[in-house]
Amino acid sequence: MPPRAMSEGAPTGELSPERRRAVLRQSWSVGIATGLYGVSFGALSVAAGLNLWQTQALSALMFTGGSQFALVGIVGTGGLAAAPAAIATATMLSIRNGLYALSTRRFLLTGAAHTPVVRTAAAAHLTIDESSAVGLAQPEPQAARLGFWHTGVAVFLFWNLMTLVGALAGSVIGDPATWGLDGAAVAAFLALLWPRLKAADARLTAAVATVLALVMVPFVPAGVPVLIAAVAAVVIGIRGGTTGRLADPPDPRTDGDPIP
Amino acid sequence: MTLTTAVLVACALAFATKAVGYVVPPRLVEGERTMRVSTLLPAALLAGLIVVQTVADGPALVLDARIGALVVAALLLWRGAGFITVVIAGAVTAALLRLIGLG
Repeated sequence: MPPRAMSEGAPTGELSPERRRAVLRQSWSVGIATGLYGVSFGALSVAAGLNLWQTQALSALMFTGGSQFALVGIVGTGGLAAAPAAIATATMLSIRNGLYALSTRRFLLTGAAHTPVVRTAAAAHLTIDESSAVGLAQPEPQAARLGFWHTGVAVFLFWNLMTLVGALAGSVIGDPATWGLDGAAVAAFLALLWPRLKAADARLTAAVATVLALVMVPFVPAGVPVLIAAVAAVVIGIRGGTTGRLADPPDPRTDGDPIP
Repeated sequence: MTLTTAVLVACALAFATKAVGYVVPPRLVEGERTMRVSTLLPAALLAGLIVVQTVADGPALVLDARIGALVVAALLLWRGAGFITVVIAGAVTAALLRLIGLG
């Protein structure tokens, strides 16, 4: 677990050039590594029936990978009729970003009343797993700010660029099933879930959610089984137990590949 | 609702979930249960998505090439493979299984 960033009131000063370089190196390597698999999102999105503009809009405006994969996955299987369930699932998956914001705001909003609204909006838009993880991992507030912004911008640039590459490639290869793109989607969701299964109650939640979704598939429209699976989190979360530290983003340095 | 409308609505809501963390008084959302449920939500939703993407075909449950992709992905993740490797292996597995007539 990374040390928590010291929050408001910590002494400020210039970062040494070495520290600054180290933070920038970490930020951009995470950004490039994460951005690269925007190519898989782009390809899966057009395979699911979204056009190039819709695909690119998701990477530019939604900009949170798990939600993007979920939206196109559900629309891909359920069509337009499943759109409300797809929107609800994508939104619920993004709630964790709001939880990260509760932590990152301590070093990003220096005197909340004076932070320009544009700056706050930009910070909000860039608040994802990677930018939060790199920011929160820095012990000094200046390094935390530097790491958050650079990681956020780096992921944004490469994620959008590679989405475009994937969407263009995906639109020329034809029937996605022949190429195993449905298998790629399954693998991608499992890879997104994997780093979240370290805590025992997360594993229990995933197991209960799996059973709920399996049981509901024959009885409810496409997309809805996923919403019903969310009940597992509500029931197990309310029952309580030991979650360890709450709302920590997966750490891109210790959890294998970063997850958007 | 058109697909474009759905995309834009979803984008706006995702931004709202991020922005809310910067504008609400933390007291309102830092209740222990709220935090626990919110922390567990991604695991539940992703598990549900995996089920639907792997074995659902409309309202029917089917076993086809996708289950092979899931098994290979799990083995690779267990061995510490990275995201791109896992995704490509999932695609290749499903494609190969179909090529030999399974699924």
